[in-house]
Amino acid sequence: MYRTSPDTGRQPARPSGASLVAVPVVNSLDSTAGEHRLPTRTRLAAGVGMAVGSLSRRMGRGSGSVIGGRAILAIDPQALAHLARGRDVALVSGTNGKTTTTSLLSAALSLRGPVVSNALGANLPPGITAALAAASPTARQAALEVDEAWLGRVAAATDPDVVLLLNLSRDQLDRNNEVRRLAATWRAVLAERLAQGRAPHVVANADDPLVAWAAEESASVTWVGAGQRWTDDAAGCPNCGGRIRFPGDENAGDGWACGDCPFRRPGLDVSLDQDCVVLVDGTRIPVHLQLPGRCNLANAAMAMSAAARFGVDRAQAVAAMQDRSEVAGRYRTVTVGGVSARLLLAKNPAGWLEVFDLLSPAPTPVVVAINAQIADGRDPSWLWDVPFERLRGRLVVATGERSADLAVRLRYADVEHRRQPNLLAAIAEAGAHHGSQTGPSKVDVVANYTSFQAINRQVARVD
Amino acid sequence: MSTSAFRVALVYPDLLGTYGDSGNAVILAQRLRWRGQACEIVEVHAGDAVPDSCDLYVVGGGEDQPQSLAARELNRQRSLHRAVERGAALLAVCAGLQILGRTFVGPDGVEQPGLDLLDCVTVRGRGRRAVGELVVEPAADTGLPVMTGYENHGGVTILSPGAQPLGRVRSGVGNGRDADPNTAAVDGALNGRVWATYMHGPVLARNPAFADGLLGLVTGPLEPLDDQESDALRAERLAAAPTQASGATSRWPDTLVRWTRSRIRVR
Repeated sequence: MYRTSPDTGRQPARPSGASLVAVPVVNSLDSTAGEHRLPTRTRLAAGVGMAVGSLSRRMGRGSGSVIGGRAILAIDPQALAHLARGRDVALVSGTNGKTTTTSLLSAALSLRGPVVSNALGANLPPGITAALAAASPTARQAALEVDEAWLGRVAAATDPDVVLLLNLSRDQLDRNNEVRRLAATWRAVLAERLAQGRAPHVVANADDPLVAWAAEESASVTWVGAGQRWTDDAAGCPNCGGRIRFPGDENAGDGWACGDCPFRRPGLDVSLDQDCVVLVDGTRIPVHLQLPGRCNLANAAMAMSAAARFGVDRAQAVAAMQDRSEVAGRYRTVTVGGVSARLLLAKNPAGWLEVFDLLSPAPTPVVVAINAQIADGRDPSWLWDVPFERLRGRLVVATGERSADLAVRLRYADVEHRRQPNLLAAIAEAGAHHGSQTGPSKVDVVANYTSFQAINRQVARVD
Repeated sequence: MSTSAFRVALVYPDLLGTYGDSGNAVILAQRLRWRGQACEIVEVHAGDAVPDSCDLYVVGGGEDQPQSLAARELNRQRSLHRAVERGAALLAVCAGLQILGRTFVGPDGVEQPGLDLLDCVTVRGRGRRAVGELVVEPAADTGLPVMTGYENHGGVTILSPGAQPLGRVRSGVGNGRDADPNTAAVDGALNGRVWATYMHGPVLARNPAFADGLLGLVTGPLEPLDDQESDALRAERLAAAPTQASGATSRWPDTLVRWTRSRIRVR
C-alpha cells in the first residue's frame, strides 16, 4: 500500500490556491501485491463474531453487526488494526452527512475496485470491525464512517490515508458535552498522527471554524468550501476565545474570520457554485445527484476530493455518485396505507437548517418524529434551536417517544399541530388531512436517528 | 406595561445558547402575547451592546470558553447590573447561573470574576459531570409547583449562607455534589428578581408556572393559560426521572442499593 512519505508531509497548511496537482496522491491499486495475512487470533475472532452476528440477525435483532463486532473485539482487541492493514483507508467523520458522504465516496472508489464500508451507519469500533471482518479480502479499499467522538481510536487502529472532516455542531450533548472539545480532540489526533510520521491527508470543510481549527496544523489538507449554515457553535474563536464573524450573506463570497486574532477561513481548494464543484484552477465539474439539496452537493465535493487523493479522476468520481438515490433509507419515498411519505433525517439544529430546503411546499403536511435514546442524545432541548416557525401554514404531526416535547415546541412556534406518538398512525393522520384537501395524499417525514430506524423497520413490516 | 411593548432581552444566544435555552425567551414572549400584551425579543449577540432598558433578561447555558468571553463582556458593559438595579427581572440557566456568581472557573482552570449578582461561587466538580433529569421542589415561599428540567454541567455551585436556593433537589444533582454533605442538595439561587437554575429543557417549556412567576415580577399577577400540552410534558418527564432518596446527599451505599434494585427491576 502506498502512503505519503513523511518528508513530503510537512508542508504548512496551504494558504490559498496551491496547486492540487502537486499534491502526491495514493497510487492506483496494485492487484499483484501479496494479500495481507491475518493473525490466527484475528481470523478466529472474525469467525466467531460473524457467527454471533448472523445468529443475532436470524433472531431478528437487527443487522447483527454491532454485537458481532463486539464479539470480535472481545476475542482480539487488536482486530480492527489487523483487519484494516493492507487496505487503503478513508475515514469520514463529522456531526452531519457522515453516512451519505461515505456512500458517495464508496461509489467513487468503486471505480478502482471493490470497497468495504460500514454502509448502514454502525460507526463505532464494533460496527467498523464487523464491516471489515465481513468484507472480501479482495476489497482493498475501505470507506469508513466514524462517530466524531471515536475518530482518535479508529484512526490509531486503521492508520488512514485520508480523513474527511465534514462539520461539528451541537448533537447528543449529554454524551459529547461540548462541541469544541470534540474539535480539540480532532486537532490532537491529527497532531499525534503527524508526530508519528503517519499523517493522513485531510479533506476538511473550510467553512466550519471548528473543523478548520482541528485541521489547520495538518501536513496536507484539501480545503473544501462545503458550507455550514448553522454557526451558533462556532461564535467563540477556538484559537483565541475572541469572536468569529461570519459573512452576513452566504453568497457574499467571503469566509468567516476572527475579529481578535488572525484565524480566518483558509483559502479554498474546492468550492461549490450552483450545480458545479469548482477547483482552484477554475475547472468546473457539473454534479447531477439524485440526492437532493445543497448539503449533498457539499458531501459530493468532499467525497470527490477524497477520491481524487486515491487517484480517481474527479469528473468520473462525481459521475459515479449519480446512481445513489437513497442512503440507508433516507430520501426514499414509501407508501404507508395509501399515503406517499418521503423519509428525511434531521437529528440536530444544523441538520434541520438543511432539511427545511428539502421539504415539499406548504401546505404539504410534515410528520416530525423525535426520540431521545442514547444514539439520539437523551436531551431533546435542541428542538428549541430549530426555527420550527418556518412550518407555519401546514399541519405538523408530532410523533415518536418525545412527541410531548415537540408538541410544546410547536405550540410556542404557533404551528398547527397534532400529537400522535405512534409513527405509522402519525403518517396516516397527516396523509388523511392532506388528502381531504388536495387529492392524493403526500407527506414529508422528518425523523431523528432512532425514530428514523424505527420507521424503516415498521415500514418494512407493512410492505 | 400598557403603553409600550414588554421587552425580553436574550443575552448572547451565540455564546450562551448551547442547550436550547433561547427557547426561554420565545416562551416568555408568547405567554404575554397570548394574553394580548405586546412583547418583543431583543437578541443581543456577542460584540453588541446589551441594552439596560429591557424588562426581563434571559442568560442561557454555554461552553466554558464562550462563557468566559460573555462574563468579561458583561462585566465591562455593566448594563445587566444597571438593569437589575432598576428592577428588571433576570433568568439565568447553568453557565448563566455560574457567571452571575462572585467567581467561577474558566476553561484554563483559573478562577474568574463573575458578575456578582448572586451570592455564590462555582468551582470545578471533582466527580463525574452532572448529566440527566433534574427534579426540584421549589422553596415554599415561591408558591411554585415541583419543577422538572435536564441538567448538564461539570461545575459545582456553592451558595453563601445568605443566598437562597431555588429549591431542594428531588432527583438529580443540581448545584452540586461537593456542597456541604450535611445539608440537603439544592438547585439554583434566588436574589430578588434574579432567578437562576441548572435546569435546561428549556426550563420554561416544562414549567409554565415558573415562566409566569418571572413575568409576574414585572407585570404583576397574570391570568392562567391553557397549558394542557405543557402539563402532559411535565407529567411525562417527572415520571421519567429516577426516584432518589430525598434528604442529605447520596452516599455510595445508597447508590449501591439503588443500583442493585434497578437491576432487579429490569430482570
